[in-house]
Amino acid sequence: MTAALRRYPVLIALCIAALFMVVPFLIVAVNAVKSPSEYAQNGPLSLPDGLYLDGLKDFWQRVDYSQKLVNSVLISGSVAILAAVLSVLNAYAIGIGRVKGRTWVLAFFVLANMLPQEALVYPIYYLSKQVGLYDTRLSVIIVFTVIQAAFGTYLLSSVLGRFPREIIEAARIDGANKWQVLWRIVVPVSRPTIGVLLVFFFIWTWNEFLLPLVMLISNDNQTVSVALGVLQGQRLMDATMTNAAALLGVLPAIVFFLVFQRTLTRGIAVGAVK
Amino acid sequence: MTVTVERGARAVGKYRQPGPRSPRTRDSYALFLLPGILAFLAIVVVPFLMNTGVSFTEWQGVGSPKWTGLANYRELMDDSEFWASFRHSLFMVVAMAAVPTVIGLVLAAALFDYIGRHFGSRWAAVLRACFYLPQVLPIAVAGIVWSWILAPDNGSLNELLKAVGLGSWQQDWLGDPDIAPYSVMGVMVWVQIGFPLVVFMAGLQRVDPQLHEAAELDGAGWWRRFWHVTLPQIRPEIYVVLTWCTIAALKVFGAVYVLTKGGPGGATDVPSYFSFSTFFEKTQVGYGAAISTILTVIILVLSLIGLKLQTRSEDADEGIRT
Repeated sequence: MTAALRRYPVLIALCIAALFMVVPFLIVAVNAVKSPSEYAQNGPLSLPDGLYLDGLKDFWQRVDYSQKLVNSVLISGSVAILAAVLSVLNAYAIGIGRVKGRTWVLAFFVLANMLPQEALVYPIYYLSKQVGLYDTRLSVIIVFTVIQAAFGTYLLSSVLGRFPREIIEAARIDGANKWQVLWRIVVPVSRPTIGVLLVFFFIWTWNEFLLPLVMLISNDNQTVSVALGVLQGQRLMDATMTNAAALLGVLPAIVFFLVFQRTLTRGIAVGAVK
Repeated sequence: MTVTVERGARAVGKYRQPGPRSPRTRDSYALFLLPGILAFLAIVVVPFLMNTGVSFTEWQGVGSPKWTGLANYRELMDDSEFWASFRHSLFMVVAMAAVPTVIGLVLAAALFDYIGRHFGSRWAAVLRACFYLPQVLPIAVAGIVWSWILAPDNGSLNELLKAVGLGSWQQDWLGDPDIAPYSVMGVMVWVQIGFPLVVFMAGLQRVDPQLHEAAELDGAGWWRRFWHVTLPQIRPEIYVVLTWCTIAALKVFGAVYVLTKGGPGGATDVPSYFSFSTFFEKTQVGYGAAISTILTVIILVLSLIGLKLQTRSEDADEGIRT
């Protein structure tokens, strides 16, 4: 009985703490549907009188938000797929092929993953100008494919290191070459881990800020993160516009979160333990 | 290593005709590594070496760099802005590694032990999702949300304080140099907390429930069980989280760019923002490269220490179990 009574305070305390975490999202949502006059009159804490969507529509058109979404999806999607392919190739050689010096190769990928982007950003900016890739979405795709694949190689190598070797040897006896073993056996069996990588690469690339900020200067190429960050940095937005920007920035993240929740939480656990 | 070589050789001997192809089979796996290695050389290694090289020169980004040896580094040692930026990095380590780890541990244990056991895992999953949500948000968007909440006029926090009769507590949260660092720290705690929580909750699933039951029978209260049973069991996870979060804290850029741009008066400047503005606003490329090189060295040293602690605790862990 006393134990039962003690449980509820813990539950309530945790619920309050959780509420604190989501309150910023709620305030943004509430204020994004208020008209400017209503906002000026009642401030940010009142509930909206009705649904005022002109602010959102206005903002959408002013920053050409559809284009930003297309750019973000294109960049994040390409990076997710290309980086997963690169990770699989690397991890196949390291985890299953057990190539000579693999410990060093792996250590090299891990360290590359830890490097701060600040130490790469200027040369990448400079070199991309030299080869004519500056301010193209392709440049950002190439750079992040490599950076994300560093983590993917690290994670996937340890997973493939435990791959049952009998299966591979059996396939080899049946006459499959290495390429066929990789695509017909290793990839299908490792699909759960590869799925986790795809989700992570997509969201991480979506959220990247420094390199896209430097590399994508023209409006037509900018991602959602960069466009919103630059607008905020210029301090030109009024309260209603800020709210519209915040809500439109939050919505995709919430969609990904709901769609990928299971993969995300499972993936973090896998990634952290190995 | 030797074991696998023998196994491979035996397998080849048994199933294949000995021929000129067999010694090459193992090494031909290296071909799969070729695209990855080349891409890494081009995108990571070459730019990194260039950056390090440039840090020994004076260069405006155009024309040819002028070799100045260690002059940039000597100048940095006397640059108060540089020291201030690293001091603020320590603030970030507190806000993004120390505080989230401690809070994350308590939350994870409470969710796992109390909520999961007495109210069902659904409750635990929903609450965990609430804490994790800020982690999937682009940092630029989190910055917009918070700079609006913390705005001096009409900001939600100040309005809330006024509404509950604490109007005298109102502040210019991001504009006052004495308060801005703590405001940024608060935002980063909010952003970061979900990561340790999720990792620790996964780690707790490894802990043998019998240990807890034994301790409970011996009359140990919740805190003592947490301290003597739970903590030692998930030590590997704690090292992982501390390493990752410390590195993330040293790399913080987007939040500072969007919330304060390093201001007011450099009160929230961090090394990554300092190097960014030196590169692209002041175009002192050599000096910026020196800042980022020092940051890289610090991060690599910390990563190596973290990896070492992690492997040692995992070895110790296995020693106990076997």
